[in-house]
Formats: sequence, structure tokens, C-alpha cells
Amino acid sequence: MQEQRPTVFLMSILCLGIAILYLPIFVLIGYSFNASALVSVWGGFSTKWYLALLHNDQLLDAAWLSLEIGVVVSTGSVILGTLAAVALVRFKRFRGRLLLTGMVNAPLVMPEIITGITQLLLFVSMLHLFGWPHRGFVTIVIAHIAFCTAYVTITVQSRLYAADRSLEEAAMDLGAGPVRAFVDTTLPLIAPALASSWLLSFTLSLDDLVISSFVSGPGASTLPMVIFSKVKLGVSPDINALASLVICAVGACVLAAGVLMRRAERQRLSDTQLAER
Amino acid sequence: MRAFPRGFWLRRYGSWLIIGPPLLFLFVFFLIPFAFALLISFSDTAVRVPPFRDILMVGPDWHIHINLNLGNFAYLFTDEVYGLSYLYSIKTAFFSTLICLAIGYPMAYAIARTSKSVQSILLLIVILPFWTSFLLRVYALEGIIRETGLLNTALLWLGIIHHPLQIMRTTPAVYLGIIYSYLPFMILPLFATLEKLDLSLLEAAADLGSPPWLTFLDVTLPLSMPGIIAGSMLVFIPAIGEFVIPTLLGGPDNLMIGRVLWDEFFGNRDWPVASAVAIAFLVLLVGPIALYQHYSTKQLEA
Repeated sequence: MQEQRPTVFLMSILCLGIAILYLPIFVLIGYSFNASALVSVWGGFSTKWYLALLHNDQLLDAAWLSLEIGVVVSTGSVILGTLAAVALVRFKRFRGRLLLTGMVNAPLVMPEIITGITQLLLFVSMLHLFGWPHRGFVTIVIAHIAFCTAYVTITVQSRLYAADRSLEEAAMDLGAGPVRAFVDTTLPLIAPALASSWLLSFTLSLDDLVISSFVSGPGASTLPMVIFSKVKLGVSPDINALASLVICAVGACVLAAGVLMRRAERQRLSDTQLAER
Repeated sequence: MRAFPRGFWLRRYGSWLIIGPPLLFLFVFFLIPFAFALLISFSDTAVRVPPFRDILMVGPDWHIHINLNLGNFAYLFTDEVYGLSYLYSIKTAFFSTLICLAIGYPMAYAIARTSKSVQSILLLIVILPFWTSFLLRVYALEGIIRETGLLNTALLWLGIIHHPLQIMRTTPAVYLGIIYSYLPFMILPLFATLEKLDLSLLEAAADLGSPPWLTFLDVTLPLSMPGIIAGSMLVFIPAIGEFVIPTLLGGPDNLMIGRVLWDEFFGNRDWPVASAVAIAFLVLLVGPIALYQHYSTKQLEA
């Protein structure tokens, strides 16, 4: 059957749409190299706003806190999300299956502000009842893991469905226990999905403003919280520089995740072709 | 001595080592919080830490006292700011979703009709902003639309306008922000359904003499309905609760429910009333969320 090519009209809308999605970001990056402190006037090329960031302790502290949180969160949510994905794919019937499915899907559509408020109320009540946890690093990590786990589960789940179970069964026939068989055969197959969901959790955590603002306590300001408090006052050149850095870092993470997934997909296709020969 | 063979407990309950941790974690830190919010919405404010009265109290005689206060929910109806901000949020989210659909549909359609290799590149291009910092993208938009921004500079230079347009802190800025931020959410589910569309149906319609626009209305549009609904809900639901966009781009008139909630928590510190607002908001969302779940699972099964 012949392919139906998109018309010129459709393609121009597509190009226009993509241009609109990217234009503000490129303008922002362009302005970050503006020597003039007046954001509207072009005063020549300069990297001084980037250098100024190095001396801004408040921003550096916040960036460091966000990175620490991001690493802990993505590691934790990859572990929990993979367990949830294995549970949902491999165990067809268990008590709480429906509950787990719901709790994995709900964070994806729940408005952040609701998740943030409810979690704040939980942490406050827990502190009141048990004396733990104090709001700050720990509560931000817990809250982020709760929504990142959902994204990990969805990603890993689809890879697990695609992974061939016969290898694992063969390993078990050869005497490996179920855990050993899984680790030796299926785990390498889903490893790219784990790596890319780690990166995606990292960007989600690094990016979150609303939930962090609710569950954080005094003294624990993440990078988006500091940026938000500055941005409310208007456009400023040092925030342009910082924003450009964050956008490039996150973009690199997402591209890496995308490339990992694509390479794995190609590998899988060529493997199946080899196997069928 | 042993009543069970070796490894019995591991084989019988070993699966709970896998199911247990995520189930327990999400239960305690995602689901239980909603129960707490519900409880606290029946409480009163109190001058103490935490700033609300306990619902359950065990008296000295070991009797359990339950004090439910329905006043917070009644208060939502007496102070019209809550009702107005609900309606305003729904209206804003509704129209933004429609505009997103109008822009996103042709984009998704165009992507779905390109060759497979181009498709994956285009998809990556569309997904990239979806993951890029939300806050920073809203901030970047400010660089375009503010009084001395790129748009006004360009229009002034072209001589189309003679005075800079005031877009920041107005309703159009809020719409622009929502559309700009959530467009990728609309495109992805639409693409997923349009990609699966059987082109032979379109050919059959054309062979039978149907003009392209009629084929679109009779065949393409109904078949892409699951994608339309899923995409629309993915824009509509978070847009209602949006806080960052009306705060950064909107003016004092753009009182969306997300802003009211934020102010109630951080400004007034009336947590029981804020909880009641959140619970009422959640009840409103049950319909759209159920609709989304229904159509997105349908899409997965297809």
C-alpha cells in the first residue's frame, strides 16, 4: 500500500509549531550571552553572567541540594519502579494488584498542587505523631520518589512485556533459581530502560517546583525554588545564564535517555532477526 | 521437626518481597496523604504547630472523641472567591485545551504521515521540551512577550504597531503559557492513535467518491477519538491546577484555583480550609481522570 505523504500545509503547521516550542528557549540562551545588564538591549557577546554564577553561593547551594536529591530520588525510584513493574507484569493475580495499578497511574494525572498539599499534611501529621520526619531533604526525597516511581514503572513495564521470557525459562530449566535466572537473562534486556528511566527521574526531580515547595522546610531550598523566587521579580541576566545551563543539562539527559532506548530497540530487532534465521 | 519443606515460606510468600516495597511505599506516601487531607478538612484552625486541631482525641477516661467540623465545606460556598476561581480555572483550562487540540492535531497528523525514520526524530524534537524544565520554559516565554521582548521589538521594527503591546500580566499571556507548556502532552497521544490509523480505510472512502474533508470527518476523526480524549485530558487536568503560569504570566485577575490553594497554605495558613478546597477540587477531577484512564487503557490495548 502506498504511503500517504503529508501535504505542504500540514508540514508548514508542524514546522511552525516546532518553531514556537523552541523559539523562547533559543532566545533565552541568546540573551544569556548579552553583556548588557539591561535585558532588552544587546550589549555585545559576553560570558560574564556565567562567571557570576560561580560566586553566587545561594544558587550554588541550591543547585548542589537539587543534584543530591536528584541522585537519591532516581536511584530509589528505579528500584521501587522496577519492583512494581515486575510485580505487575509477572504476577497476574495478587491481592492489591488493582491498588498498585491505580497508585502507579494516578501520580501521572494528579495535579502537582494536590499531591504536594496532601503530602505536606501527611508529613506534618507524622511529625506531630511520631516526631519524624522533619521537613527538608528527607521529605522532598520521599515526595519525589512517589511520583518518579510511576514514570519508571510505565517505562520498565513496556520493556518487560517485550522481553522474551523463554531465555529465563531456559535458565531455570538449567537449574538456576528464579532470582538468578531473572538477573542473568531478563535484567540485561531491560537495563537500557532502567538507565533511561533513571535519567528521566533525575530530570523530573531536578525540575520540580510545586511539590518541593510544599514539602520542604526552612533551610532546604532546591534550585527551582530559588529560581522561582527570583523569577517572580522579572527577567534578569544571571537567571538567563543559569536557565541556559539547566536547559542544556536536562536536554542532554533526555537525549541520552532517548538514544539509549533507540539503540536497545535496534539491538533487540537485530537479535530477533538473528534468532529467526 | 519441620512442618513445612525447606524453602516453603520463600516460595509461597517470596513474591511479596517484590510486590511489597512499592505497594507499601506508594500506599503510605501517596494514598494515605489523601486520607489525611480529608481528615484535616474537617478540623479547625488552631494557634499551634501543626496549625489545626486534632480530629481524634483520646480523653482521660479512654473514650475516643471525634470532633467533625463541616464548617470548612460550608465556608467554600459562602466565600465566593472559591466558586469563582473554580469556574475561572475550568474555563481557562477548557479553552486552552481546545486551542491545543486545534494546533496539536495537524502537527500529530503530519508526524504520523512521515516515514518511520523521520518520525522518531520529529517525536524526539516534540518530546524534548516536554521534559525540559517547566518553570524555565515559562520564564523563557516571558522573554518573548514582555514589553521590551522579542515580539514587541519585532512588531515595532516592522511598523505594525507604534506602542508596545501589554501582554504580560494579562489573560492572553496565561493562555499562551498554558498552550506553550502543554502542547507536547496533546501531540503524543494523538500521534499514537493517528499512527495506527489504517490508511486503506481512507483509500476505500476516496474510491467510493468521498471528498477528503468528508473522509476526515467520517473516518479519521471518529477513529482518533481515543487520542483526542486522552490528549485533551492530559492538558485539561494539569491546566486546571496550574499555579506557576498564572503567577508568573498572569495578573491579579487570573485567580486560578492553584493560586488560591497556594495562598491559603503559605499566606493565610488556614490549613483546614485549604484542605477542604483541595478535596473539593479533587472531587471535580474524578470525572476527567476516569475518562483519561478509560481512553488511555483502550489505546494501550489497541
